[in-house]
Amino acid sequence: MNKEYFERYLSLTLFVVILVFFILAMRIYQLQILKGSDYRDAANSNKIRVITLPAARGIIYDRNNVPLVRNQAYYYASLMPETKNIDTAGLAALLKVDERKLIAKLKKGVSHRFKAIVLKDGLTFKDVAVIEARRSDFPGLMVEPNLTRRYMFNSIGSHVIGYLGRMTAKQMQSPDYDNITPETFVGQWAAEEFYDKVLRGAAGEKIIEVDALGRQLKLIGQTKPQMGNDVTLSIDIGLQEAAEKAFNGKTGALVAVNVRNGEVLALVSLPTFDPNDFVMGIETDKWNAMNKDKRHPLLNRALQSSYPPGSVFKPVVAIAALEEGIIDEYSSTQCNGVLEYGKHSFGCWKSHGSVSFHRAIVESCDVFFYEIGRKLGIERIEKYARLFGLGKSTGIGLRRGVDEKDGVMPSTRRKRRPSKKQWFLGETLNAAIGQGFVSVTPAQVAQMTAMIANEGIIMPITLLKDGNIDNPRKKLDIRPETFDAVKSALHGVVNEAGGTGKEARSNIVQISGKTGTAQVIAGRLKSEEQKQRYRDHAWFIAYAPSAKPEIAVAVIVEHGGHGGSVAAPIAKEVIEAYLQGKAGN
Amino acid sequence: MWFLQINRKYLKQFDWYMLSLLLAISIIGVMTIYSATRPVITTVQPNYYIKQMVWMLLGLAALLAAAIYDYSWLRNSAYLLYSMGLVMLVLVLFAGRRGMGAQRWLELGPVSFQPSELFRILLIIGISKYLSTIKGALTKWPFFISLMLFGLLPFVLILKQPHLGTGLVLLSTFFFLVIAKKIEKKILVTLIVVTLVVPTVAGKLVWRHLKDYQKNRIVAFIEPEADPKGIGYQIEQSKIAIGSGQVLGRGYLKGTQGPLRFLPEKHTDFIYCVFAEEWGFVGSAAIVALYLLLFLRGISTALKSKDEFGRYLALGLTFMLFLYFFINMGMVLGMMPVVGVPIPFMSYGGTTLVTNYIAIGILINIRMRRLALCY
Repeated sequence: MNKEYFERYLSLTLFVVILVFFILAMRIYQLQILKGSDYRDAANSNKIRVITLPAARGIIYDRNNVPLVRNQAYYYASLMPETKNIDTAGLAALLKVDERKLIAKLKKGVSHRFKAIVLKDGLTFKDVAVIEARRSDFPGLMVEPNLTRRYMFNSIGSHVIGYLGRMTAKQMQSPDYDNITPETFVGQWAAEEFYDKVLRGAAGEKIIEVDALGRQLKLIGQTKPQMGNDVTLSIDIGLQEAAEKAFNGKTGALVAVNVRNGEVLALVSLPTFDPNDFVMGIETDKWNAMNKDKRHPLLNRALQSSYPPGSVFKPVVAIAALEEGIIDEYSSTQCNGVLEYGKHSFGCWKSHGSVSFHRAIVESCDVFFYEIGRKLGIERIEKYARLFGLGKSTGIGLRRGVDEKDGVMPSTRRKRRPSKKQWFLGETLNAAIGQGFVSVTPAQVAQMTAMIANEGIIMPITLLKDGNIDNPRKKLDIRPETFDAVKSALHGVVNEAGGTGKEARSNIVQISGKTGTAQVIAGRLKSEEQKQRYRDHAWFIAYAPSAKPEIAVAVIVEHGGHGGSVAAPIAKEVIEAYLQGKAGN
Repeated sequence: MWFLQINRKYLKQFDWYMLSLLLAISIIGVMTIYSATRPVITTVQPNYYIKQMVWMLLGLAALLAAAIYDYSWLRNSAYLLYSMGLVMLVLVLFAGRRGMGAQRWLELGPVSFQPSELFRILLIIGISKYLSTIKGALTKWPFFISLMLFGLLPFVLILKQPHLGTGLVLLSTFFFLVIAKKIEKKILVTLIVVTLVVPTVAGKLVWRHLKDYQKNRIVAFIEPEADPKGIGYQIEQSKIAIGSGQVLGRGYLKGTQGPLRFLPEKHTDFIYCVFAEEWGFVGSAAIVALYLLLFLRGISTALKSKDEFGRYLALGLTFMLFLYFFINMGMVLGMMPVVGVPIPFMSYGGTTLVTNYIAIGILINIRMRRLALCY
């Protein structure tokens, strides 16, 4: 062991280490003290800008791959935050904005120093040309592109497609919207919102060094934007358009479902709105008009409104009665136009005389259903209603922006009254004809109709194409004879003499259906104004072709009066449009 | 309780001075990481600094483990440890996860770590063992064997990953230790000649195997004006950040170049710039002084070690840490090419931190037991 050599070697090492530290210290001294002020200046004049590179949003397609939206570029003018001594009057004139607002914006500044202050959005090419020409007069003024949406079908399907907008305060707080820059447009309604994470992609950013005029000197780094994924909806935009036209300006909702796979082909809520109005921020007067409109165009009636189902509820009650052995398909009852029960009398819309099960549905006899309702009891009515998905939101997949309603399916357990009064049998009778406490959304009714048409296949409705493809197929435990009897009666409603749904009779296809009239309030109305305001809602449910159903439709026309005359023709038109569309394809 | 007795006996000798230096530098490091990663676009503070603190705790546990048991076990199982290290390196080549365009990571359940990091220590243990078993100066064959086994083999494996910085540090440490052992004059002369010739001749061979970013860094250093991809810009920005600190600095969390969008590796390789801008010459010099004290302590530990193995081990570990520090400082001060080497104890990075803590643990171990023979 040569310790002496090692110690000499260590001394040399020590000398080198100290020498190195001396050199490093000298260098630090040189940088920080001798040249410090130069570097401080260089640091302060380091003009860095972070430019967001917007990610192209995924496209929303209809079931036939028709694009429903398009990404559209627009330009915005912004000013570097460190710009001093700006001619605000001149700038305001150039951008055609109010000078006071402009000054306020400049004062407010930006979230961080590398980002420019956005002064005006939505510039046209002409605006851009004018600004570019005069940019040298306003150092630090820049024009950058961003992407927004164009809704190709305007108001058609807007309750399904939704619209984009700037992030709301609530969204900014939400972890779902982390890492989204404030200038990004995000979905605010319906599919645009519900599938926002899928559609949005990831914005990139470009970090550049700029000169005093805001011109790029050097690219420091950039991450490329990543395009979002496309979404294919189940709706058929052609059918959607036909359905909206069929309403002819009336207020209401319609849901058309593919019976075989639960895919929603059309989802209408009227009146509606043009999503293009919302994208760049809606103008105040348009917004006010929309909010003041008593018909609430922003309400998605198919999901957010619940109504008493009226007689469209009867098929479910009939199935319950047949399955529970209360009646069989040959049972009949005597209808004198009224059923006296206790102190109350329960009316029928006409005196039917002796009615069989079949005719009771065809002619929509209330007394028949009072009778079976009384025997069934509310618990069993509720049980079957729930089997068909009534009284519970469908989970159709627009639930975030559009709160889908559950509706109400009453039972003795949950009577909806402030005081916990007992359940009266009379209330069961009302429930048996779909009045009283029962209330459901049009989407639920469409789902129910599809389940009757496909004889009990449990199929949640969906707004995505192939949305149910992975769902296991389950079937309700209901006898085929029961469906035969009910479906035969529903066929009769449209196609037999005296059927309440004869307005839906079609020359090109056999349609089955059921009318319904939902009372808005009970009792007699005096004035004409009241009569209009509290007029009954008109329901119609239908499926076709009767023998081998493909499409199921639920229609409600608010304050439309009788379902047979108002809602049935709409259902017929939609079904015919569906078949014509299919033939056309 | 035998280990309690051991603990009591050595507790007095525990190198609190070294530990304090280490903790001081590490805490400054975490504070600087917090400042460097301050958000500029979103409002969410990235949790780098929390992760680093967690790694610090893990590192402390590893440090204690490395310090408590007499390092003679390292000598006894040196070759086994070294072989395991080599196996890990080979495994990385086949099973490693690619990160940042290089294959340096090995997945171990939820943790992924860089084997080449831990390998640094195992290599130094291996070299120290080999050198301590040889009597007198190294002659031709022992030198050749050690050059192959402890010099070129690991260098090639690490270069393949590719991790040029670590490869060069380890090769240099090898030569440094071999010369510390003393080699025949003939070999020394040959070595010096080869060192001068190899960079020019074999440089061209190596050049082909370098990744584009490595080439760019070297080109940018030799010829900043050429600046093919804005790499020289990085060095320029690094100098601006340090220089703009002036005498007293801008103040903690006030550095404008701090959350540097200029420097992509602000919280790792360029962390010193962030610190220097905020704390000025006073702070920059102080932290450099802390490092100096730490290295001097390491050298003194090597000097005082009770045996030859401990001597080489202490010297090797100290030299390795010093090289990292030196290369990093040379880079951020614009005196050397950008080699992408972190500064020990300050830069963000879990495996590196834990490994460096283990190195310090071993140094503490050696110092603690320097007087063992006298008891």
